[in-house]
Amino acid sequence: MPSIAKPVVRHPSQQTNELGLTIRDYEGTMSTLCAGCGHDSITAAIVRALWEIAMPPHMLGKMSGIGCSSKTPAYFANGAHGFNSAHGRMPAIATGAAAANRDITYIGVSGDGDSLSIGLGHMCHAIRRNVRMVYVIENNGVYGLTKGQFSASADVGSKSKRGESNQFQPIDPVILALGLGATFVARGFSGDKEHLVPILRAAFAHRGLALVDVISPCVTFNDHSGSTKSYLYTRKNELKATAADFVPVREEIVTSIAEEGVTSIAMHDGNIVRFRSVPEGYDPTDRQRVMSFLLDKKNSSEIVTGLLFIDETVDNLHEQNNTSAVPLCQLPYEQLCPGARALDQLQDEFR
Amino acid sequence: MQQRSRNGINDFAIKLANVNGTGSASANGLLMQAIFRMGVPVSGKNLFPSNIQGLPTWYEIRVSKDGYGARSLDYDLMVAMNAQTYARDIQEVRRGGYVLYDSSWPLDRALWRDDAQFLPIPLAEMCNSRFRNPRERTLLKNIAYAGALVAFLDIDMAVIETLLDEKFAGKKALRESNRQALHIGYDYAREHFSCPLPFHVQTMDANRDKILIDGNTAAALGCVYAGATVAAWYPITPSTSVMDAFREFCERYRREPETGRHNYLVLQAEDELAAIGMVVGACWAGARAFTATSGPGISLMNELLGLAYYSEIPAVIIDVQRVGPSTGMPTRTQQGDLLECAYASHGDTKHILLFPANPGECFEFAVKAFDLAERFQTPVIILSDLDIGMNDWVVPRLHWDDSYRPDHGRILSKEDLDRLPKFYRYSDEDENHVTPRTLPGVSPKGAYVARGSGHNKLGAYTETPDEYQQVMDRLARKHRSAADAVPLPQIEDTARSRIGIITLGGCDPAVREALDLLADGGITADYLRIRGFPFHKSVEEFLYAHDVCFVIEQNRDAQLRALLVLETCVPKDRLRSVLAYGGFPLSARHVVESVSQHVQELTIAGKMKGRSG
Ligand SMILES: Cc1ncc(C[n+]2csc(CCOP(=O)(O)OP(=O)(O)O)c2C)c(N)n1
Ligand code: SF4
Ligand SMILES: [Mg+2]
Repeated sequence: MPSIAKPVVRHPSQQTNELGLTIRDYEGTMSTLCAGCGHDSITAAIVRALWEIAMPPHMLGKMSGIGCSSKTPAYFANGAHGFNSAHGRMPAIATGAAAANRDITYIGVSGDGDSLSIGLGHMCHAIRRNVRMVYVIENNGVYGLTKGQFSASADVGSKSKRGESNQFQPIDPVILALGLGATFVARGFSGDKEHLVPILRAAFAHRGLALVDVISPCVTFNDHSGSTKSYLYTRKNELKATAADFVPVREEIVTSIAEEGVTSIAMHDGNIVRFRSVPEGYDPTDRQRVMSFLLDKKNSSEIVTGLLFIDETVDNLHEQNNTSAVPLCQLPYEQLCPGARALDQLQDEFR
Repeated sequence: MQQRSRNGINDFAIKLANVNGTGSASANGLLMQAIFRMGVPVSGKNLFPSNIQGLPTWYEIRVSKDGYGARSLDYDLMVAMNAQTYARDIQEVRRGGYVLYDSSWPLDRALWRDDAQFLPIPLAEMCNSRFRNPRERTLLKNIAYAGALVAFLDIDMAVIETLLDEKFAGKKALRESNRQALHIGYDYAREHFSCPLPFHVQTMDANRDKILIDGNTAAALGCVYAGATVAAWYPITPSTSVMDAFREFCERYRREPETGRHNYLVLQAEDELAAIGMVVGACWAGARAFTATSGPGISLMNELLGLAYYSEIPAVIIDVQRVGPSTGMPTRTQQGDLLECAYASHGDTKHILLFPANPGECFEFAVKAFDLAERFQTPVIILSDLDIGMNDWVVPRLHWDDSYRPDHGRILSKEDLDRLPKFYRYSDEDENHVTPRTLPGVSPKGAYVARGSGHNKLGAYTETPDEYQQVMDRLARKHRSAADAVPLPQIEDTARSRIGIITLGGCDPAVREALDLLADGGITADYLRIRGFPFHKSVEEFLYAHDVCFVIEQNRDAQLRALLVLETCVPKDRLRSVLAYGGFPLSARHVVESVSQHVQELTIAGKMKGRSG
């Protein structure tokens, strides 16, 4: 069971990707999380996705806040720069980094405390700005690192380990993001890597901010009966709305045979994402219908997973700003300084 | 002793009392600019409320052939355009001074002063009969009193006309109504009073190499010249105009000619937490990035200033100080953020601070700030203030040396990394105790995880006391070594006095004037103006070289004095405070009175050996 076994034994695969890298080249330092923590499985899915898309490690930026979840960027892609910043501030820091260097692919890893409480404002605004990044919320319904307090994603009536019942309405990042105009919204489950990896691959190909909420049980503080973020509960209540299938450009010709019930979407970078929709007629490009579907399922306590919504037509932050194609941090100084002559001329206006 | 005798020619002060939101600012600015163009040293101070429309606002213009630019509290002429504040305004004019008021409505006799002369002009009445549109009437009433002042102060009408031509180029109708309004006031003054008044302006040639600029514009220009490409901010008075100006300059100078693409990105953040976060993120990625804010924003930025300090990421913060605590008085000036900025954030943190005294230094220090931030891999905070930032100052033209290249500090290239057996982020300390950093996107060999959590010199997470302390001790050494790199204090110790006067930032013009006035009264003192923190060793030497030092600053708690006590070994009792913190720019009078009193007390107490100066 991939959701319980801690990946202590490294992946044996010697198979290389198109950069000649094995999956081990995308691993990081040893995880220090609790054995069985859902976050470790997400790390494994990220490793897999990065390997599959052949991401040059040094072209990845790993951003996080504070929490058990935010520790995980150290556990994948050793060859990538990381920034384990401050609680809740990751979206702001990632926005600045993305502003400075648009050539880097950013992945932000956050927790439900990090993103839905202390950093909620920053998350919302990063979504509004459509910063090009993959934004993963490792959602366990609790504050793991501070030992199990309810987070803002805890469902009404869900029980803490000590038996208290949460009274407050949960914030569902998926519904929130859709309301904010997010251009890519997905939900996965840490216990289902096969389902999550293609979602992450599609997220990496997205034009703007790709929000990926991943239910990630906290085995230490929130995996008991009465919890609505446990392995058992999630398995029982999961409803896969779509199964995404990520098709890289080079394979398109071979695989783009029309299939019944399959929607294909061309990503910004030319790659294709294909969805097999489980509920008939589910259309991941229709924001309004997706929202009402999700609200509906929320009422019946179903956890809808899959690549839930996508819109590849919206400009990202740099496109809105019409920023130079060369990353701002690499522009030669000569192109940035107007020079002494210009200063002299300008000052004639200050008289 | 408080005021050097004035003969009135190019040596006087006027105060204009208005209602805000009525367009008076542009009329007042016009007068100041005209005097500047006549080659006469002039300064203008806008004392405005935190309000969009309807509250009292004042503008002071001081004309000083000797170049004294601080606030003068001796008003030769009050232009009383706000009935709400008549009582106070009329009282403020010096004896024998003048009061210009709008006589469209009668002035309460109780406000009359026998020792002042009144210049009644029915401005509203004349404007109402000449102009139709109500908004226009209000706006042009200001131009009408400006016209009267042109007559009273003998301002060159041709200069004013040229300014209006420039301002209303392409707007013929507006230009014409402004001309008419100007002449309404001008003609009335000349017909009804003897013009000019005894004090007035006479053309000089003092401004040939000068410009009229506010500190926020100058700071923004410095950021452009420094090569900053990312700016993030959250609007707050009095710093907003930094970003407004930055954006304007970028629109002008930072568009790729062929593609129209922007070589900059300005992010209006959701709050100051995010603004500094964006700056830190951008600097981590290798850009030159900055934010501009004021006290309340600095309070919010504390958290990430600590992160940047500890993870050693450059950042430039422009703090245009206003009156605190809390929201305080947003449109009034103060130097109340010194301690907060010096040690911003929890734990052992110390920052590099720069203290510009005028817009010229705002430009210069903005460039310097980026070099220091990158060289020392740490936040640098520029502490400007509302007076410097938002008022127009006459300063020498800004100069730029085209051979300047940014000092990015120690950044390893791909080739550097290839040569290294292994890269460790916090090892290989140089003479400034800085270790080389790497940027994303260069080489997997340079990869590391920047973190605000405990780390050792290899860059790895740690909770081991020795490993933690090793990094912290280096950070302390690094901060100390910045003392030689920040702008040196400005020292004038030719008086060889036992008295030293120490100040910083925008106090400079008032203190310099006070030094002259004190000398006239027999008290000579040496001068030191602090321009950076950590303090250069010459600061401590100066303190020891004087029996007593007066530390002049604009806050209640003597924050500069506190910093000097904390960061030098000088005995506390050598430092005496002169404080002004009501929110208006400092005047020489305040300094002279306080220092004189202290000196008298010290002499009586026998604490000042020998001569007093
Ligand atoms: C400003 C600040 N306040 C509080 C904390 C303490 N803190 C650390 S992690 C955390 C919550 C983490 O919860 P979540 O983001 O859900 O991560 P998880 O551990 O559950 O993965 C808190 C409150 C902190 N680090 N910083
Ligand atoms: S406390 Fe919970 S979230 Fe944290 S590592 Fe353990 S299982 Fe994971
Ligand atoms: Mg959590």
